[in-house]
Amino acid sequence: MDNNELVICQGLTKNYGKKTALNNLNLTLGRGQFIGLLGPNGSGKTTTIKLLNGLLQPTSGSVLIDGQAPGTYTHSIISYLPDKNYLNDAMKVNDLISFFADFYTDFDRVKATDMLDSLQIDPLSRLKTLSKGNQEKVQLILTMSRKAQLYVLDEPIAGVDPAARDYILSTILSNYSEDASVLLSTHLIADVERVLDEVIFLKEGAMVLHDTVDHIREEHGKSVDALFREVFAC
Amino acid sequence: MQWELRGDRPIYQQLVEKLTEQIVSGQLAAGEKVPPVRELAAQAGVNPNTMQRALAEMEREGLMFTNRTSGRYVTEDREMIGKVREQIAGERITEFLSGMSQLGFTEQDIVALLKKRSGEEKNNG
Repeated sequence: MDNNELVICQGLTKNYGKKTALNNLNLTLGRGQFIGLLGPNGSGKTTTIKLLNGLLQPTSGSVLIDGQAPGTYTHSIISYLPDKNYLNDAMKVNDLISFFADFYTDFDRVKATDMLDSLQIDPLSRLKTLSKGNQEKVQLILTMSRKAQLYVLDEPIAGVDPAARDYILSTILSNYSEDASVLLSTHLIADVERVLDEVIFLKEGAMVLHDTVDHIREEHGKSVDALFREVFAC
Repeated sequence: MQWELRGDRPIYQQLVEKLTEQIVSGQLAAGEKVPPVRELAAQAGVNPNTMQRALAEMEREGLMFTNRTSGRYVTEDREMIGKVREQIAGERITEFLSGMSQLGFTEQDIVALLKKRSGEEKNNG
């Protein structure tokens, strides 16, 4: 197998009862790429992400990460930021850091502490006492402080103001190593397209496009955001 | 402060233009060491792979070169930088002239307007 392929999905399909959430997804992701998983609400983004993380079982088809089906090994190389807060928000920030350091051998405590410092977030405050924006930043910092091969970020910028978005994107950019990839789902395309290598468009559970940002701009003479508005025009 | 980029053209092309501008304007001097890819990418607010592609293009055009042991530098060929500078000026003038002619100005009108403006600036300055 080509070692450059970090993620391979073959015929990946997920039905919820009669409803098809993801239909026959064939997708290969390389290393060292920043990939945007784009689509309107209900297009299958979170379903795809949960399949990659082994939180859902596919109805049919398969997914391999670094050659392995989701399991203990893939959990150890994927750093996942879910779309909802999953942490105990009564915990103090520095306790969360210790929790992550205990749980993940690839967690870099110094890196996490440095990032909190630069944001002037008090490590002694409890997560729930922070603003929504700062809560999201803390969760992102915890996710990006692992030395993972794949970072999977589900809507990391949806709930925060534009300045915080810039901070979050630059944090992601400066913290993934050259052989790691980032898969980020969002519907806020204009904000992320300049930092992405590739984009995937999902529409009603099917992949309608997988290309590089610059190739899309070359071919269509317009931004990914403009193309998205065309493809998904209501 | 991120670099200003437009939506309708590939990002790497626009990065090449910005870097070229920085060289001809002297912001990046001839023979100067170019900052590391990641640093430039963070400055511009773009992906490091895209910046890498832009820098490779700068090398292909001869405006930058890589020294295998010590990193990437701006070319020392000042003559070449001068030529590129003139070429960019030419493109800007063409753009300006076509904009003015769309407004209905003849070349004579434009020259007269420019002379007037340059006279005003001398008086004010």
